[in-house]
Amino acid sequence: MNALHDVATEFPPQADLVRPREVESPGYWRQVRNRLSRDPVTIGAGTVLALIVLSALLAPLLAPYDPYQGSIMTRMKPVGFEGHPLGTDETGRDMLSRLLYGGRVSLLAGVAPVAAALAIGGTLGVVAGFFGGLVNTLIMRVTDVFYAFPSILLAIAICGLLGAGLVNTLISLTLVFIPPIIRISESVTTQVRAYDFVEAARASGARPMQLIRHQVLANVLGPILVYATSLVSLSIILAAGLSFLGLGVTPPTAEWGLMLNALRQAIYIDPVLAALPGAMIFVTSMCFNLISDGLRGAMDVRIRT
Amino acid sequence: MFTARRKKPDIVSRIVQDPRDRGGPRQPMLTVAGLKKHFPVRRGVLGRPAGVVQAVDGVDLSVAKGDVLGVVGESGCGKSTLARLLMRLIEPDDGEMVFDGDPVGVRGGLSVSDLRRRMQMVFQDSYSSLNPRIPIADTIAFAPKMNGVPPRLATERARALLEQVGLSPALFAKRYPHELSGGQRQRVNIARALAVEPRLVILDEAVSALDKSVEAQVLNLLVALKEAHSLTYVLISHDLNVVRFISDRVAVMYLGRVVESGSVDDIYDNPRHPYTRALLASVPSLDPRRRTRETPIAGDPPNPVNPPSGCRFRTRCPLAEDVCAARAPVFAAVPGGDGHGVACHMADGASGHSRAAGATVMEAAS
Amino acid sequence: MLTFVARRLLHAIPILLGVSMLVFGLVQMIPGNPIDLLLPPEAPPELIAQMTAAYGFDKPLHIQYFSWLGRTLQGDLGYSIFTGAPVARELMSALGNTFVLAVPAALLGFALGVGLGALAAFHQGTWIDKAASAFAITGVSLPHYWFAIVLVVIFSVTLNWLPAQGMGFEGLPGSFAEARSLVLPVVTLSLIPMGVVARVVRATVLEVLNQEFVATLRAKGLIDREVLLHVLKNAAPAALAVMGLQFGYLLGGSILVETVFNWPGSGNLLNLAIFRRDVPVMQATIVVLAFFFVLVNLLVDIAQAAIDPRIRR
Ligand code: SF4
Repeated sequence: MNALHDVATEFPPQADLVRPREVESPGYWRQVRNRLSRDPVTIGAGTVLALIVLSALLAPLLAPYDPYQGSIMTRMKPVGFEGHPLGTDETGRDMLSRLLYGGRVSLLAGVAPVAAALAIGGTLGVVAGFFGGLVNTLIMRVTDVFYAFPSILLAIAICGLLGAGLVNTLISLTLVFIPPIIRISESVTTQVRAYDFVEAARASGARPMQLIRHQVLANVLGPILVYATSLVSLSIILAAGLSFLGLGVTPPTAEWGLMLNALRQAIYIDPVLAALPGAMIFVTSMCFNLISDGLRGAMDVRIRT
Repeated sequence: MFTARRKKPDIVSRIVQDPRDRGGPRQPMLTVAGLKKHFPVRRGVLGRPAGVVQAVDGVDLSVAKGDVLGVVGESGCGKSTLARLLMRLIEPDDGEMVFDGDPVGVRGGLSVSDLRRRMQMVFQDSYSSLNPRIPIADTIAFAPKMNGVPPRLATERARALLEQVGLSPALFAKRYPHELSGGQRQRVNIARALAVEPRLVILDEAVSALDKSVEAQVLNLLVALKEAHSLTYVLISHDLNVVRFISDRVAVMYLGRVVESGSVDDIYDNPRHPYTRALLASVPSLDPRRRTRETPIAGDPPNPVNPPSGCRFRTRCPLAEDVCAARAPVFAAVPGGDGHGVACHMADGASGHSRAAGATVMEAAS
Repeated sequence: MLTFVARRLLHAIPILLGVSMLVFGLVQMIPGNPIDLLLPPEAPPELIAQMTAAYGFDKPLHIQYFSWLGRTLQGDLGYSIFTGAPVARELMSALGNTFVLAVPAALLGFALGVGLGALAAFHQGTWIDKAASAFAITGVSLPHYWFAIVLVVIFSVTLNWLPAQGMGFEGLPGSFAEARSLVLPVVTLSLIPMGVVARVVRATVLEVLNQEFVATLRAKGLIDREVLLHVLKNAAPAALAVMGLQFGYLLGGSILVETVFNWPGSGNLLNLAIFRRDVPVMQATIVVLAFFFVLVNLLVDIAQAAIDPRIRR
């Protein structure tokens, strides 16, 4: 690349006898994609996650049994029991079917709150970082208050007060993730805001919203997304944890945390069976963490979260 | 590097009427009066304002059409704040601004967005001033697009401008800033500034970060573009050689105020303010006849939070006297100069300074 | 430094006020009248009115808030609706039990985390780094309540080495035998701080090691005390920040682990209060836990500033 530097520009382009072909550089996102495609860990985690998501989506097709239909005859059958590859639970329902269906709720509870928090907190954070001043003070001081609660305490408090149920779980987790996303977005936006290109764009007559859309977003989205993916992992653990406490989704819904809770007493009978739902939570959350790490590396994000 | 001065066209041919101009050819492109910006400094437990940085404190300037006004001063003298004030990137606390006969930011005058269509700026840091996520042609096309030019036309204009700043569009249009050298990036910045077809361009230390050889190329490019687009420049720099090379008139700033201004010849050959003299003396001149004996300026500039009373230069001025602490010198014309003015008690016969121009005469008479 | 401490303290006051308002507001959102929970549905209206007045539920909200805030500040946390005992007493003993878990868990987690993180950073790219990083990411990905169950399955059910539930002592463990009930919950709780701290320490130490002069020293094969000290000094603030947060999480977030081990700590208390709709206990527990969280963060801020004067802005 150095050969191209100013030396090249000393020769006026008209002098070129042969017009060079249009040179196009890979854009930032394409570079990220290239780097990701060379990262076996991230690809592996992505594949596993894709399988989990797919099997949850296709649960009605894949599940061998009705996840809500049990039989007293087949209670607590071990893994590998005839007709039930992963055994049956305490009321005789097929574990495989319930795990497949449970993925739907657990994944939803992992992704939806973070997505909602990303939309709300991201907007607030970018606005606070971009405009600074009074707007910033207002948004950030309120954020500080929410930040004074350990995340799980806040989730439990809100969920406990609103009452159990999937919607309340989603609401409480969204509320939990808004403040940290605000913080990250505010801090990266403040950094980007200090660059002259924002000033230069402002000097070209762009209005604040146009500046945010065309100049700021492309620069802050990377770090915010990386952070959000790591939050998904936490969200899955917390959502399942709420159900585990009895504050999340209500029985008989198939959900990994709730299944873990129901099978808790079964550890004396069949520990492997009891460990299955938790293992699913673990694998899924691990995948999100690995992907987040991979993205962080590929996007060259240098923030601490 | 710039021992030779740029050949300037004579005064008559310089006055060209551009169809976009509103006032006549003698109407200055830009006039500011009493421009002021103070930044509060917060300290202490409650963040109480502990003082103000008087970054720009009552600056008067005027740039004629087709001229280049150089603004010089040490770093921290308020040059960059001045640039941003002129661009209205920060709001001035006080002061008036008239662009080509139209007052700016007042009812019935030019709105700030109108101003930004006529006036553009090239920033010092070529890296920070280009969006790393956007191909450079799109960066150049951004401003016209924001001003309602259809996207295709804006892109065409961007490619034409790349060509004009010496970057082949085929090679560079779709490149990203980090793939370019500092000089190339600054060319892109210049092209970006020209994309809205401004009348005046502010060059805020636009060549300071470049290597000497690249700097020369970019300066020559700026001169060529100025003629091609009949532009007016305000060049802000700490580099006296650069200012001398490109400017028609020069303003010297010290701690937020203009202490001396005049034509390039007046300032460089007949400096009147001790600060100007010290600045010039600190530049190693290649021409031995122009080497002066003046001692270079001692020490650092004082803290702009609490600038010295009276003349702000007095803490470093070898000729400071009591009167300099007591009263601020007024900015007054130097007799015989071509619009040459200076703010120093020595230039004011009635000031009471022992070396004042008139005082020596009076002593001789008595 | 003193102004910094003073400013930080002043900064904490509005946050705590906000916290109290938030908690108070949250409690108001509970559907239903708290009195209905106390009295049987067939209670005479006079009795309901009397009770409502006794608890101050008839006054306007802001009056209720200020009187609650005033009492809380004086250490009067009210009485449990369910047991009738003073909330302060219940909370103090529960908090004590939580500390008994949180402090050793924090020490264990931080020590392991710093060790693993530093080890990984100094051997960047080698299998040591990969193993340590894998261990760390496992720590942050594990649902700890599940891990607790797995531990119980292995060490209590199968091997029968350690108790599966309960505390087995009051206050502090008196003997080694009594302390056995601490092992599983402490190990479980130390997992997350271990992972988080290891990851942050690795990142910050790497940053310092990549600084030019440190890199030069290392290239010459010199890793002497000075380099180590330099690394330590520069990586400490970031590590401290996460440690503070993590300790706070241990205090407030051990609710799940306490439930699994049936540990009578503050998390368990909160959980019970939620199910019993015991408003005074809920309010007090959340406020006090948040107060500790703010306090820990405050101390971390000050410690950071003491180590690195650049932070004192
Ligand atoms: S006014 Fe006095 S102190 Fe200021 S420059 Fe002139 S002589 Fe020096």
